[in-house]
Amino acid sequence: MDAAHGPTAALITNYVFPNDLHVHWSMMIVLYPYITGLVDGAFIIAALYYLFDIKSLKPVARFSLLFALAFLCCATLPLLLHLGRPERNLNMLLTPSPSSAMAGFGYIYAVSMGVLVFIVLFVYRPDLVELRATSKGWLQMLYRALTFDSIDLSDSAMAFDRKIIRFLVGIGIPIAAVLHGYVGFIFGGVKANPTWSTPLMPVIFLFSACVSGISAIILAYIVIRKLKGRSIDHGCIKTCVKTLTLFFILAFTFEMLEVFSHSYLKSGYHHMVEGLLNGPLASSFWLWQVKICSVIPLIILGVMGLFNIRKSLYNFMAAVVSAILLLQVLIMRWNVVIGGQLMSKSARGYTEFHPEWFDKEGILAVIIIMALPFIILFVLSRIFPFWAAGNESNVK
Amino acid sequence: MKMLEASPEMNRRSFVKKVLNGTLAGSLYLVWPMGGDSLEAPEQIPGIKDREYDIHNQEFAFIVDVTRCIGCGSCCVADKREYNVPDGNYRTWVERYVKGYSDQIYVDCPNGGLDGYQDPRTDIDEKIRDTFFLPKLCNMCKEAPCVQVCPVGATFKSPDGFVLVDEKRCVGCAYCIQACPYSVRFIHPVKKVVEKCTWCYHRVRKGLLPACVEVCPTGARKFGSMKDETSEVYQILKGPGVLTVLRKEMGTFPALYYKGARREVI
Repeated sequence: MDAAHGPTAALITNYVFPNDLHVHWSMMIVLYPYITGLVDGAFIIAALYYLFDIKSLKPVARFSLLFALAFLCCATLPLLLHLGRPERNLNMLLTPSPSSAMAGFGYIYAVSMGVLVFIVLFVYRPDLVELRATSKGWLQMLYRALTFDSIDLSDSAMAFDRKIIRFLVGIGIPIAAVLHGYVGFIFGGVKANPTWSTPLMPVIFLFSACVSGISAIILAYIVIRKLKGRSIDHGCIKTCVKTLTLFFILAFTFEMLEVFSHSYLKSGYHHMVEGLLNGPLASSFWLWQVKICSVIPLIILGVMGLFNIRKSLYNFMAAVVSAILLLQVLIMRWNVVIGGQLMSKSARGYTEFHPEWFDKEGILAVIIIMALPFIILFVLSRIFPFWAAGNESNVK
Repeated sequence: MKMLEASPEMNRRSFVKKVLNGTLAGSLYLVWPMGGDSLEAPEQIPGIKDREYDIHNQEFAFIVDVTRCIGCGSCCVADKREYNVPDGNYRTWVERYVKGYSDQIYVDCPNGGLDGYQDPRTDIDEKIRDTFFLPKLCNMCKEAPCVQVCPVGATFKSPDGFVLVDEKRCVGCAYCIQACPYSVRFIHPVKKVVEKCTWCYHRVRKGLLPACVEVCPTGARKFGSMKDETSEVYQILKGPGVLTVLRKEMGTFPALYYKGARREVI
C-alpha cells in the first residue's frame, strides 16, 4: 500500500491469501446482472402501461417488451461462458439444491422467460393475426403458430386478451423483481465478503436495474426513431424521464447509504472497505460511478424536471442522461462484482484485476454478448413490428 | 573369458536353481508373515484399519499448534506431492506473522510457504516484538458456507464430517470460492473444477494420517478421532488449554482448531 491511500494504509500491509490473487468472477459476472437489469427495467416500462394504464407510455410499451425479450434470451450466455465446465450447465438448471441461492436460477429464469413470451404473444396477437393474413409460406406458418391458430379478433376476444395481459403483467412484476432481486441476493448472501453481504444488496440491484432498463428504452427509442427519420413522442419521453428520475434517486440513495453506513458504523471491516473505495476503486467508484455518472445525471435530471425546456433539447438531454446512466449501472456492477473481490479475505490487502481481450471471459466476448441482443432485437423486429400504425396518432 | 568357456548346461542349471529358490523364498515371504509387515500400511489412526467403517459414527478433529510450527514448509511439499497441486494454487499453506512494537502486523506467504522460511524479512523498519508461523488448511466447517451455496450439490458434507468435492458434478461456477471465508478453494487450471484440502480423506479411510500431519517434524499439525479417548486431539480438546478457531464471527463452527494462535490471526 502506498501512502496515497491515506491513514487506512497504515493498517493494511497488503497481504493477500495465496488463493485470493485470482479474481474468479470477472466480466461475465458483471454482464449477467447488467443484462438481467436491462430486462427488468424494460419490463417495468411495459408494466406501467399495461397494468397501471400510464397512457403516455404507449409508444414504447410494445418495444420495451421485445427489448426485454431480446436481452432475456442472452441472459444465460455470460453464465455459460463463465462456468469452468460449461458442458455441465444442465446440472445447474436441473439439480434441486434448496440451500443454494444460485440453484434457483433455472426456475426463476424459466418462469420469467415463459411469462414474457406469453405477454409478447398476447400483446401482439392482433398484429400477428393481421400479418398472418398478408404473409405467405413459412412466415405464415410462423404467424399461425404464434397466434395459436386463432384469428378471433372480436371485441369479446380482445377484452379477454386484455384481461390475460393484465394478469400476466401483474404476475410478471413480482417475477421480474424476484429475478433481479435474486441476482442481488446471490451477492448479498455471501457472508465471507463484507462488501457484498448486506440485505441492501437486492434492493440496490433492483433499483439500479430499473434505472438501466428505463435508460436503455429511452436511448433506444430516441436513436431508432431518429435513424428511421420518424417523430419522437415527447409525452412518452417525459414520462420515461420522470420514472427514471424516481428510480435513479432511489438507486443512488441506497448505493450511498450502503457506503456511508459502513463508514459511520466503523464496524470490523470498515478499514478494508474504506481502503478499497479510496484505493483500488478510487477512480472507478468515486470518480466514475459517483461523480461523473451519478452526480452529473442527477443535475441534468433536476434541470429537466424543474425547468421548461424546448422539446428537441429535452429529447437530446434525455438521450444523454440515459447514456450516462447506462454507463453508471455498468460501472456499479463492475465495482460490486470485481471490486468486491479485490479485497482479500485476509482483510489485509487487495489484489488486482486486468481484463484480457481474447479470453473466454475477455473484452471481445463482452462485446459479442452485448451485440447479440441487438441482433435478436433486429430479427424480432422482422416478426413483431415495434411501432404499430396506431401509435403514430398521438405523436405531435 | 572363462565364463564363455564353461559348458552351457551348467549355466542353465544354476540359473534354473536360482529362479526356483527365489520364487520359493518370495512365496514364503508373502504367505508367512515374519514379524515385519513392511508391505502393509501402518495403523496411524487406531480403530479404522481392517474394521468396518461406520461412517455415521465418526468424528475427527484437526489441531494446529502454532507454538510448534517452525515454518519448514514440509507440510506444503507433502500436500503438493500427494495431490499434484498445480503451481500457484494451494490446498494448504503456511503464513509468516511478524508483529512490530507499534502493534502493526506484517504477514507474508511467498509461494505458499512451499520453500520454507529460510530468510528473515528485511523490509520491516521497526523493532520486531514477536513472530510466528500459521499453517492454513480447510476448516471442515460444521456449518459450511461452501456446501450451502453449491448449486449442484458437488460440494457436500460426508456423514463423518468431511467437506468434500465431487469433481464429476462440479460445474466450476466458483460460488463456493466466494463463500469460503478462509479462501481454501481454487479452480484447478486443467480440470476446471473446484479443488480444496480434504484432510486426506482417502488416507484417513485407510487409517492413515493426513500427509501434512505425517511429515510435520514438530507435531504442529495434529489429527485424530474424537471417538478415541486416547487420541491426542481428544486429550487436547477435552483439556483446559485455550483453543481458538478462525473467524468465529462467521458462524461456520470449524473442526480445525488452533492452539496458541494470537488474536491478530485471521
